[in-house]
Amino acid sequence: MANICRASRKDFRNAVVAARDAHDGWAGRSAFNRGQILYRMGEMLESRRQAFVDTLVETAGYDSGAAVAEVDAAIDRLVYYAGWTDKFAQVFGSINPVASSHFDFSVPEPSGVVAAFCPQSAPLLGLVSCMAPIIVPGNTVILLVENDAPTLALDLAEVLDTSDLPGGVVNILTGSREELRGHVGGHRDVDAILSVGASTEERTILEREGAESVTRMEFRSDRSPTEWRADESQSPYWIVPFVEVKTTWHPVGR
Amino acid sequence: MPRPAAYRPPQVPTVDEVAAQERAARLASRSIKKEAKVEGLTRLIAMLDLTTLEGADTPGKVKSLCQKARTPDPGSSQDHPSVGAVCVYPPMVPVAREHVEGTDIRVASVASYFPSGQAALDERVDEVERVRDAGADEIDVVLSRNAFLSGEYARVHREISALVEASGEKHLKVILETGELETYDAVRLASRIAMDAGADFIKTSTGKVKPAATMPVTLVMLEAIRDYYRETGREVGMKPAGGIRKAKPALRYLVMVKEVLGDAWLTPERFRIGASSLLNDLLLQLEKEQYGRYYSKRYLSLG
Repeated sequence: MANICRASRKDFRNAVVAARDAHDGWAGRSAFNRGQILYRMGEMLESRRQAFVDTLVETAGYDSGAAVAEVDAAIDRLVYYAGWTDKFAQVFGSINPVASSHFDFSVPEPSGVVAAFCPQSAPLLGLVSCMAPIIVPGNTVILLVENDAPTLALDLAEVLDTSDLPGGVVNILTGSREELRGHVGGHRDVDAILSVGASTEERTILEREGAESVTRMEFRSDRSPTEWRADESQSPYWIVPFVEVKTTWHPVGR
Repeated sequence: MPRPAAYRPPQVPTVDEVAAQERAARLASRSIKKEAKVEGLTRLIAMLDLTTLEGADTPGKVKSLCQKARTPDPGSSQDHPSVGAVCVYPPMVPVAREHVEGTDIRVASVASYFPSGQAALDERVDEVERVRDAGADEIDVVLSRNAFLSGEYARVHREISALVEASGEKHLKVILETGELETYDAVRLASRIAMDAGADFIKTSTGKVKPAATMPVTLVMLEAIRDYYRETGREVGMKPAGGIRKAKPALRYLVMVKEVLGDAWLTPERFRIGASSLLNDLLLQLEKEQYGRYYSKRYLSLG
């Protein structure tokens, strides 16, 4: 059917370099512009809707109804998070009452470079559901894909390429997560890791390797394709693990 | 006193452009890993001319550059060498001198109306003398491309000789600005004229013109140094500068030096690299070799 790349430690290293280089530019864009680009991704995915449906049927063994549902859910999810780009800061930021004469406020800022071990199930929707909330606040991401239909991840890369998304913001690696997880955990230039469906062993490895550089860890369990389609699989709270809160004390009055 | 006969540049061999590029590309394909890599990276630190040549340089910036030159990575458990030299503009020489006192780090200064060299000879000589008296150990002067490109080779030779004389005992590096010389033949000829005039080092670029240092152009200059050494027995040093930002290409320059000139040139007395951001990448790679984990620039100072 296809030969799929099996990413090595060095591919991951190169991806981190690309993601780090892209980070300042992406985080520096206006939230509204990030929203425009996410929305554009949704549009581009929609324009290739039938191709993705066919691929899901042919390579992932979906029946056509489930395939249509997954592609439509993926499009909707991109639009959903596009809306959150310029709103989540209002919801998760705050103005803090303090006793001194200061105007004190907290704003969420992106963590930086995030590595994400993507779900095994729902080869398209699972990927989108991991990627979108991470890039919303201005993070750049390396998506590590190991599932039965990795060509969908590569098809998605074509969608991203035509969505005005700057190079390096989303990097997709296909390969064995067992091979890569130790290096991902230990890489000191990775700020946060999302792992979906991690085994106890993987969790231990990531936490041990990431301890020295205090890498943020977010573990989520995998879901069935039906569950990934449900509204419970999208939430502004999925953005929160990948932000750092900055609090500013601004002198006022007198 | 009789006038010395006017200098006439010797015949230099023509450079086969394709061959030079192929050879440089071949030398760049070697794989250097583990112990050899660590050794190369460590040597590169000691061969570095840590440079800041900006209009916006302040004493504070030069001071922090000197700090970084002395202890490249204060947070590291490894014992890194200090860099070879700090390279600054003339007004910053006293500042740099003060902050590298008590170390082996040398102070290099550009002079002779860097980067263009567009000034009368006595003004250029005057600047070299002032820099010398201000306490610079090494002086980087620019070749007068104006004279060279209009074919006045005798004038180029006379000017460099005057600058060499003005520099006294100090190390004089002549910047050819290869990006403005257009052809490898011109680079080869300019190298020869500079060496004939008494340059201690020849250097590729000011860093203000693109392209700056490239592998083929450095190869051509190294071969000029080799042939000059065979002919006269004088050892002239080499300094590629500008555009070398990563450890991997820097290691390739070392390979090239070793292949063309041998181990005798693999010392800070004979080979330097002019760079500023290269140092952090060298440190990143050394930390990676030590701990087996990829390191982050966030743990290093700016540079």
